[in-house]
Amino acid sequence: MRIGVVTFPGSLDDGDAARAARIAGAEAVRLWHGDPDLHGVDAVVLPGGFSYGDYLRCGAIARFAPVMESIIDAARGGLPVLGICNGFQVLCEAHLLPGALTRNQHLHFRNRDQWLKVEATNTAWTNQFTPGQEILIPVKNGEGCFVADQKTLDSLEAEGRVIARYVRGNPNGSQRDIAGITNEAGNVVGIMPHPEHAVEALTGPSLDGLGFFTSVLRALAGSSADGQLAGGQQR
Amino acid sequence: MTTQPETATSEAQPSRAVPNQPPAAAAASNKPSGFAATDVLVNEFADGPDTVDKAVASPDELQPHAELGLKDDEYDRIRQILDRRPTASELAMYSIMWSEHCSYKSSKVHLRQFGEKTPPNTRMLAGIGENAGVVQISDKIAVTFKVESHNHPSYVEPYQGAATGVGGIVRDILAMGARPIAVMDPLRFGAADHPDTARVLPGVVAGIGGYGNCLGLPNIGGEIVFDPTYQGNPLVNALSIGVLPVERLQKKEATGTGNIVVLLGARTGRDGIGGVSVLASATFDEEAEQRRPSVQVGDPFMEKLLIESCLELYDAGLVSGIQDLGGAGLTCALTETAAAAGTGMRVWLERVPLREASMSPTEILASESQERMLLIVTPENLAAVLKVAEKWGVWATAIGEVTPAGADGTPGRLVISWNDHVVVDVPPGSLADDGPVYARPLREPADLILLQADRAETLPRPSTGDELRETVLKMIASPNLCDKSWVTEQYDRYVLGNTVLAQPEDSGVLRIDEETGLGVALSVDGNGRYARLDPYEGARLALAEAYRNVAVTGAEPIAVTDCLNFGSPEDPAVMWQFAEAVRGLADGCLQLGTPVTGGNVSFYNQTGAAAIHPTPVVGVLGIFDDVARRIPMGFPAPAKAGGDLLFLLGETRNELSGSEWAWVTHGHLGGKPPKVDLAAEQALGALMGRASKAGLVSAAHDLSDGGLAQVLVESCLRHNVGAKVTLPEDGSTAFVHLFSESAGRAVVAVPRGHDKAFLALAAEFGVPVTPIGVTAEEQTLQIQDQFTIGLDELRTAWSATLKNLFGGPAETASADGEGRSVTLELTERN
Repeated sequence: MRIGVVTFPGSLDDGDAARAARIAGAEAVRLWHGDPDLHGVDAVVLPGGFSYGDYLRCGAIARFAPVMESIIDAARGGLPVLGICNGFQVLCEAHLLPGALTRNQHLHFRNRDQWLKVEATNTAWTNQFTPGQEILIPVKNGEGCFVADQKTLDSLEAEGRVIARYVRGNPNGSQRDIAGITNEAGNVVGIMPHPEHAVEALTGPSLDGLGFFTSVLRALAGSSADGQLAGGQQR
Repeated sequence: MTTQPETATSEAQPSRAVPNQPPAAAAASNKPSGFAATDVLVNEFADGPDTVDKAVASPDELQPHAELGLKDDEYDRIRQILDRRPTASELAMYSIMWSEHCSYKSSKVHLRQFGEKTPPNTRMLAGIGENAGVVQISDKIAVTFKVESHNHPSYVEPYQGAATGVGGIVRDILAMGARPIAVMDPLRFGAADHPDTARVLPGVVAGIGGYGNCLGLPNIGGEIVFDPTYQGNPLVNALSIGVLPVERLQKKEATGTGNIVVLLGARTGRDGIGGVSVLASATFDEEAEQRRPSVQVGDPFMEKLLIESCLELYDAGLVSGIQDLGGAGLTCALTETAAAAGTGMRVWLERVPLREASMSPTEILASESQERMLLIVTPENLAAVLKVAEKWGVWATAIGEVTPAGADGTPGRLVISWNDHVVVDVPPGSLADDGPVYARPLREPADLILLQADRAETLPRPSTGDELRETVLKMIASPNLCDKSWVTEQYDRYVLGNTVLAQPEDSGVLRIDEETGLGVALSVDGNGRYARLDPYEGARLALAEAYRNVAVTGAEPIAVTDCLNFGSPEDPAVMWQFAEAVRGLADGCLQLGTPVTGGNVSFYNQTGAAAIHPTPVVGVLGIFDDVARRIPMGFPAPAKAGGDLLFLLGETRNELSGSEWAWVTHGHLGGKPPKVDLAAEQALGALMGRASKAGLVSAAHDLSDGGLAQVLVESCLRHNVGAKVTLPEDGSTAFVHLFSESAGRAVVAVPRGHDKAFLALAAEFGVPVTPIGVTAEEQTLQIQDQFTIGLDELRTAWSATLKNLFGGPAETASADGEGRSVTLELTERN
């Protein structure tokens, strides 16, 4: 399986996402922001960082990158896409996911090891977890406060599209403690904390992040076996 | 819009050539869109800029050398060197390069000791005088590291001052051919509850985080110290470390006649003009506010692109020489690269991409705009260099070329023109290397004898269990000993995925090579109070602490960098402190076998007549053959019934002068600092290295500020593991055991079953070992026969302080307007 990792100018955790994909057993393929060719990858990770400096709204410029046009098309066709931190912001700006990430309520950048409770496990990126499982993953962002209108929040909850919530403390003021969400099809997932930093005992607080990457491998194996779109059922 | 491919090879000129206009086509192609036409600039000067011709014609014109910080005799020497009066641009260049900050004119005579006393070593590939020291850590891999000050800008404008401090040290690392891989920040502020600290600290922390986080460099450690001595003179030191394949080491020499001088990175603006000469080389007065324009403005996104493009250029072998632009901007980079090679250089200043079209040649030469590098490239490589820059969306402009040395073997000359006017014609070495050198008068501070006589060992002490308990709670809540996570949570410590240990651990530990596990440990330490009481011993204590912090993780300490923060060198008492500190550090490094590879001096940390405590900050680098064997500081959850065994290593003496206890409970500073025994430090380090390799130790924590009490609290709270401690009955009181700051000590946790092997090893190295207890299931810290404190109560006392002081909304700074416009231009390209 080949997982593409996009590098925008200002991407920072791209190497770490590629390392996590390798540790999970995939081949990591580096994708360049200016190149619309996805090089036949089976899934894509949009990594953390400050794409184009993020001096405008975070992710607002990255969504227009040539590579994003291809990714947006492919995601609508079922390609598994995981947006981490800045990648989540890009996915929201690209309207592949609803809502927006705004400045942390306390106005500080915050880096800490954060407990999450996994909820939706029927997505391409979370099927290796069990509902209600608590996992420990680093969070590090300045603009990670998830906001959406009440109707959107209600429908995200009603449709089971919250993939994880912050527990034992909300690090950024996100509404309803939301840490990550998925699209209706379950192939596109955005998450603010960084699973790629919890894949090795030597450097991470846990190995809990690995589940996101092994999930997509399983989703891809399943889809190639039964000919379905990766990422689970259409609703 | 980013690159202007053009070659300047056709204009090779003899070094003393009269101005020669570059071809019109080349000049035109150098103008980025939106850049004003050349003739508009010229019209801004009634008579054009001050040129060499004018200088020859008007030898008696009065010049503002004193206002620029040059003494009368220094000005006379410039006239002697040039055999005429300097032009306005030349005068500005000499004032910058001969400033204290750039020329080290007061410190040079003392810093020589670092070279003279270098211990024998085979690892150092580059040392003092380079942008940063380079140390080989395996057959193929080298690391480079350095600590630098950005004190004065950070006081004037905390966010940008601190941010550009990070940016500057990272470019030093980049210039050596290395990929920067981490930063650390030793910080010192005035009293924690002083209103100005509430202005400075949040801005400094946000600036360090804002720049480092956006650059993608983990922040793995540092210091945060409060003391009224730093009121009005906060110390913002920044350390960076980078890694490079040995063969990628870069040099700064501008070699090769006809080679092209390329300016890479951000456009040049008016920010930072006079930074080194105005800010860093004089004492503050009430007008500090007016000096804000002297502080540079940072754009970390541009620096990230600069890093990636430089690394791509190195790997493709396209760079013959490189130098970063920091303090003193183009002036420093042009003169140093030419002087290092003995060549000359011809530069056309109108080619420099500007943010503000109306900048004068003097301003262009003096600007300290950030995120710029100067490259020397061969003419045949120029097109490839510009292509790489374009890929990353970074400006690259050929602004000049290397010219030959004189026919008689004398060094070449640096000739700079601006729209046909020759504004500079100087021997570059006269600026870069031959600045004034002063052996300034030294005098021991008059109050030192009385200060040393006023010992803290005679102060009233707590004695009952209850009193000791209260003292522990008071100490751990004090600003210097409390939890620093309010600050460190604002820094990314995970990015790049190689951080093995970060603050609050004793050292930052990084994996360098994923396959072999090769890694490094880094610690920076300093104690201004110790140095105030005895600068020679204070410097050795800073070295000993950093060395010990590295050693207790199991790493082998191999090299040193230093940042020497002092008051005004024109005060003989300060100069004496400086001389003593340098002597102490050089002697200490010689004894420990850890060479000083580079560093920085910051003078004029002084308000009025009051200098800061002398504050030598020492960084020690250690290496791991396999970083998986690093020893963390926190007690692990007991794996076996009865817990791990706790041992105190080293000797505890009745040493409380200069201690945190004396300061927190009595506001006292006096006496002599703890004794330094570097042989004992080496023995402790060797023991920890062997114990780490044998896997005998589950946790280790260095004893320093706050003594044993502080270490027990920190090691318990790290993973919420309790401890039962029995203090030794050796004649000393429980108080001395808990709060003495004797050097050369550490607490280790040894899993049961390993204790015999560990004790045998300690005996082999001659390190005194005292069993002091066990880790415990109970959530308490229990000191037998004295007191018990629940971990919750400890945590509450320890963690509330900074939040209560600074917890309000942070001072925030948005990206500057320039950064934004660059971003938008980049967007258009995509």
